[in-house]
Amino acid sequence: MALLEVRDLTVVFQRKGEEPFRAVDGVSFDVEPGQTVGLVGESGCGKSVTSLAIMGLLPKRGAKITGTVRYDGTDLLKLSDKEMRDRRGRDLGMVFQDPLSSLNPVVPIGLQVTEVLERHRGMPRKEAMIEAKDLLDKVGIPDPNRRLKEYPHQLSGGMRQRALIAIALACRPKLLIADEPTTALDVTIQAQILSLMKELVQDLGTALVMITHDLGVVAGLCDEVNVLYGGKVVEKAMRHKLFAEPRHPYTHGLLASIPRLDAAPGEKLTPIKGSVADNIPWSQGCAFAPRCPNALDVCVQVTPAEEDQLGRLLRCHNPVVPGTPAAEEVPV
Amino acid sequence: MLRYTIRRLVQLVGVVLVLSLLLFAWLRLLPGGPVSALLGERATPESREALTKQLGLDQPIFIQYFKFLGRAATGDFGVSTGVQPGDSALDIFLQRFPATVELSFFAILIAIAVGVPLGYLSAKRRGSWFDNLSVVGSLIGVAVPVFFLAYVLKDVASSALGLPSSGRQDAIDATRVTGFFTLDGVITGEWDATFNALEHLILPAIALATIPFAVIFRITRAAVLDVLDEDFVRTAESKGLTAPVIRRRHVLRNAMLPVVTTIGLQTGALLSGAVLTEKVFSFAGVGEALAIGFERRDYPVLLLLIIMATIVYVVVNLLVDLSYALIDPRIRTR
Repeated sequence: MALLEVRDLTVVFQRKGEEPFRAVDGVSFDVEPGQTVGLVGESGCGKSVTSLAIMGLLPKRGAKITGTVRYDGTDLLKLSDKEMRDRRGRDLGMVFQDPLSSLNPVVPIGLQVTEVLERHRGMPRKEAMIEAKDLLDKVGIPDPNRRLKEYPHQLSGGMRQRALIAIALACRPKLLIADEPTTALDVTIQAQILSLMKELVQDLGTALVMITHDLGVVAGLCDEVNVLYGGKVVEKAMRHKLFAEPRHPYTHGLLASIPRLDAAPGEKLTPIKGSVADNIPWSQGCAFAPRCPNALDVCVQVTPAEEDQLGRLLRCHNPVVPGTPAAEEVPV
Repeated sequence: MLRYTIRRLVQLVGVVLVLSLLLFAWLRLLPGGPVSALLGERATPESREALTKQLGLDQPIFIQYFKFLGRAATGDFGVSTGVQPGDSALDIFLQRFPATVELSFFAILIAIAVGVPLGYLSAKRRGSWFDNLSVVGSLIGVAVPVFFLAYVLKDVASSALGLPSSGRQDAIDATRVTGFFTLDGVITGEWDATFNALEHLILPAIALATIPFAVIFRITRAAVLDVLDEDFVRTAESKGLTAPVIRRRHVLRNAMLPVVTTIGLQTGALLSGAVLTEKVFSFAGVGEALAIGFERRDYPVLLLLIIMATIVYVVVNLLVDLSYALIDPRIRTR
């Protein structure tokens, strides 16, 4: 049985006097124990909202969540606030995008690590401090004893993200959700943080849901990849399959837009034209149709259904023909 | 930190010197004067002249000022001509200052004790009827004039609740130690004296607390709303921490900085409210002395009390600035 089973997850934001907005529209995916699954897409495709819905961190008012999120057999969406609070940080950990704003500026790093140990593992403060030192050590923060007493503004960006990873993994959760954990970091630090996460996840046997817009991150990390567009999964496949043979025009476009080291000097990048704001909702045809090079008449009339094509899920009327060149798998 | 404190205190000396000069001149520019106030309108020119001479008011103003400075350096701030004629201004200050401190302390205590929790709850339930009611209530708190509310409390609430409506304490035989009546009873063990003083304090303190309460409430609400949107609160939630820990450690500790600033400013502003409140409740504090002092043109008392009020204001705000460092490590470890 899968560790996490997301079925038909739908999140609708409803504000008084405004049209309801479907941020996530029937997303389904599985995460096996120890597996790393990617959720990929550009800004506004619903990947962050999906992760917040799984964690139960969306505002109670204004967000309507339907579907099921089964963790180890229990539907997290049906749990009470208190039950969910008991699970967050213990069974599910999360790492966020901006490490500076994600740490409390007026509380020392040490306490921000120990409070989660005290809460879920019932450790007394002293014991938790020793454990916190080990944790900081494990995520590669030098001189952890000093760092425990310091405040977030005294740490570098990379170190802050390491501290947040230590916090998220402090209680050895079986599932870690990372929401663009490297976006706010320098490129060199990005690579370090990614390899750290990869290593820790392997050591601890933690399953990882990696949310990113960066296919480079996916290439280095994920076993399976879900490509999201307009709140729906448009293509789902194992990583090597997806990179070798992207079938959805959106996936293909994303891969084609990656700048390549071996490109001839002066060669133009290949962007996906338009932006997410141009899309129309899924209720009337394919949301990607206005930006799609392969669009047919049927695309703006009939919403494409999800089809299983030899272990790959695809939501497209006119997929890219296999063999059309895009990008190669680039390991990190 | 120490250098900073010393610099601020040195600045204070300059402020006090300039203020004393300005006050000295301003008070003498007021129409009338102690002579008319003391002798009335029908006094003979001879007696007026004699009193003017006796008070030293016949000399040029800068000579009066330097004489005042010279005496002030030895601790002599002159003799009251109107508030308590014959008493030294310093004695009047020492007598009345504890009363006002006591009143202001309880007023600001009430304002914080009600304003901060209410502001937090309002922000947490933004847009609910509770929030709307609190916001409207705080607007009323600011809008209703202090003296009006003071009279309402004095005339309506005091009889309804059976609380005394004037003075600091009934004429009971209480031992005086510090001049703070509520504290004296605690020190000497005369609990009934403390209780009696508290009964006298409660209504004026409520009247005085309304404006600081409203301001503290609004600032807390705004600050908490800001902090609730911060990423680190979401991180705290993602760790599954209990609601009280998130509230105390993650939300309130970050929201306190602007609130503390406001409390400092409001403590200073309390004095202007105290003038009205103390007058209405015949509460023998600095505010009441200022009110009487202005009516009777009591130059020495006015001068001393206003300068002391300034010093208190500056020192309170210095303490507030110093407390920032305690709350915010980004200031401390810069």
